Amino acid sequence: MKKYAYFPGCSLEKMALSYHLSAIETTGKLGVELKELEDWNCCGATTYFHVDELLAYTLTARNLAMAEKAGLDLVAPCSACYKNSYFTNAYLKEDPDLAEHINFALEEDNLQFSGNIAVRHLMEVYVHEVGLEEVKSQVSSPLEGLKVAPYYGCQIVRPKKNGAEEVEQPQFFEDLLSAIGAEPIEYSPLKVHCCGGSLILTSRRAALSMVRNLLQSAADRDADVIATACPLCQVNLECYQKQVNQEFGTELSMPVMYFTQLVGMAMGIAPERLGIGKELVSATPVLFPTKRAESS
Amino acid sequence: MPAKPTFSQEVSNLLHAAHGNPLKTCIQCGTCSGTCPVMPFMDYSPRRIIGMIRANMKDRVLASNTFWYCASCYHCTVRCPSEIDIAEMMYALKRYSMWKNQYQEGLIGPTFSEAFVKTIVRSGRSYEPVLAPAYIFSYGLRDFLQEAQTATSLMLKGRVPVLPPRIKRLENFRRMVNRIIPVGGS
Repeated sequence: MKKYAYFPGCSLEKMALSYHLSAIETTGKLGVELKELEDWNCCGATTYFHVDELLAYTLTARNLAMAEKAGLDLVAPCSACYKNSYFTNAYLKEDPDLAEHINFALEEDNLQFSGNIAVRHLMEVYVHEVGLEEVKSQVSSPLEGLKVAPYYGCQIVRPKKNGAEEVEQPQFFEDLLSAIGAEPIEYSPLKVHCCGGSLILTSRRAALSMVRNLLQSAADRDADVIATACPLCQVNLECYQKQVNQEFGTELSMPVMYFTQLVGMAMGIAPERLGIGKELVSATPVLFPTKRAESS
Repeated sequence: MPAKPTFSQEVSNLLHAAHGNPLKTCIQCGTCSGTCPVMPFMDYSPRRIIGMIRANMKDRVLASNTFWYCASCYHCTVRCPSEIDIAEMMYALKRYSMWKNQYQEGLIGPTFSEAFVKTIVRSGRSYEPVLAPAYIFSYGLRDFLQEAQTATSLMLKGRVPVLPPRIKRLENFRRMVNRIIPVGGS
């Protein structure tokens, strides 16, 4: 059984609880254990770096050091947690002076960063660690005919990790959706555009217009649902959809679900166990394919 | 007496540890501005900001909303033909302006970032209801009501935590933070 140190991040405690539930349910089916990191702390999203770099590295390194202690690679379902953890790990590995400085602070919590684990996004576990063939073998109710917009967002693909990977036209999300029987729609170039992130709070108009573009593009291409791999993207696209409609006079009604929820549905897991029902934009069209067929 | 560093040199120093190329390698092609999804809302485009930094236009740069409107999407960074880490530069400008306490009046970004970091240092985890006052009172009435409506809907769906979460080894955590920012703590 594959086992990882699981760093859920603050959003998954409540706001994105459905992402957490569906991640646990579906990885369980795949024989993967996500062992929650004991006493993890917030990764800082983008804000630590607005204030102080060393503080940002320290707080992220604390989680890494705890995963090292457990001897497990770190898995983060949130793209911001993933990006911060990934790059802190990489920078501290290549800069011993920086690591020494950070380790001085970590001593206070009896921890040490040594740089001997890897950091992965949750989606990588399905796509690369377990593999799509194995995912496919667990599918009992393929999501036939379901048109899904694969929304990557930003920090799962950017910045570049090794310089060689495809950041403009990634395909791994589409591949995963195909593996569960869904029909990924062509969602370029918006699929790697930004949802606005925390600008939704600090620069509201700018972020709402970015959200609107993403929703409109998915609607124009007849998507039934947008699939996301990040709680910030999900909240911006779903929970602010009403505000977009109020702001721009649109009548958008686009369900936005976590990819793990779709994987879970394809595996035949009961909707409530995947946290379905907590949406502000109903996921009914996704849940009842017959209605989907009638309406199209 | 040694000359004081120019603004351009100060920003270079801030970016010293970043992985991108120095700002002086910018060819002013504008790929960043053409890529940036927030550009229409910025006082100056990313390309212009780089030009202005190189021209040492410190006060105008700091008085602009440009870097506070950066969403950290890194699209400019991956496309820059000179391989300048532009998103990282925006972070550096945010830190610089908070450190100098010099930023455009009415911006929510600086207040929000400060409140966010204070919350983490206090409890180890983020908690939305504590953060809300950092931005919601700057909203006009209409936006305020819309935001309150969204928050209520989320609460009804059980998506807002009732109690602020906190980590267990909080004392250790605070001492750890203190070793990095001695005046920090809570």
